[in-house]
Amino acid sequence: MAAEEPQVRISVASRFEHIDLIQIVFDDALARFGLDDDARHWVGIAIREAVANAIEHGNRRDPTKEVDVELAFDGEEAVIRVHDRGEGFDPEEVEDPLAPENLLKPNGRGIFYMKSFMDGIEYEPRPDGGTVVILRKRITDPS
Amino acid sequence: MKIDARHEQGVTILEPKGKITIGVGDVALREAVGEALEAGARNILFNLSGVSTIDSSGIGELVSAYTTVTNRGGKLKLACLPSKVTDILQITQLISVFEVHDTEAEGLASF
Repeated sequence: MAAEEPQVRISVASRFEHIDLIQIVFDDALARFGLDDDARHWVGIAIREAVANAIEHGNRRDPTKEVDVELAFDGEEAVIRVHDRGEGFDPEEVEDPLAPENLLKPNGRGIFYMKSFMDGIEYEPRPDGGTVVILRKRITDPS
Repeated sequence: MKIDARHEQGVTILEPKGKITIGVGDVALREAVGEALEAGARNILFNLSGVSTIDSSGIGELVSAYTTVTNRGGKLKLACLPSKVTDILQITQLISVFEVHDTEAEGLASF
């Protein structure tokens, strides 16, 4: 099924301080589509991780490069797309944070948390540059 | 994010309030631990009761603080975890790394 038009779309410069704004706006939109407080907390963390990765690893903290974040509803799923302007990466190369040798590393848990808190995660390289991370969350009782 | 620091029974208690997230809370946490160690702290107890949100960067700072304090021969423990902090530590199996106490008093008595 083709995704519907985005309900919310925000573009921000690559600065970490914008992540709070994105989470507040998306939390409000997800509440209107029936996600309860608990579900919105974890989806909010996943969105934070995706945007932080886009700023840090995608756009290399270059404030002249934007991150676009969109929310759409596709059937009974919330679909969140986070688009950076970076050079892309291979998600298969990300180390397992649960491996004993990685357990006490300070980094490397963001993608794991996204996978844990969402029902689906995909990566889509864009021909015009950058990567789109697509996060999916089922909404059982859309209003 | 604000961090209250106090000393009781030879233990430095750090009590962050608000979000421990990338770019703000994680930096404040790193600085608070650094200041405590510079002041001679050996044992640190984090009272996390006031933490509303923690992300992978915040978790990373807790792990960094744990390894730094341990490598110096001290101990770092956690107390008063909100359920969502417990959940996020469990998901990445870090709950078994940290010594966790239900109350601050229990945590203090354990050093």
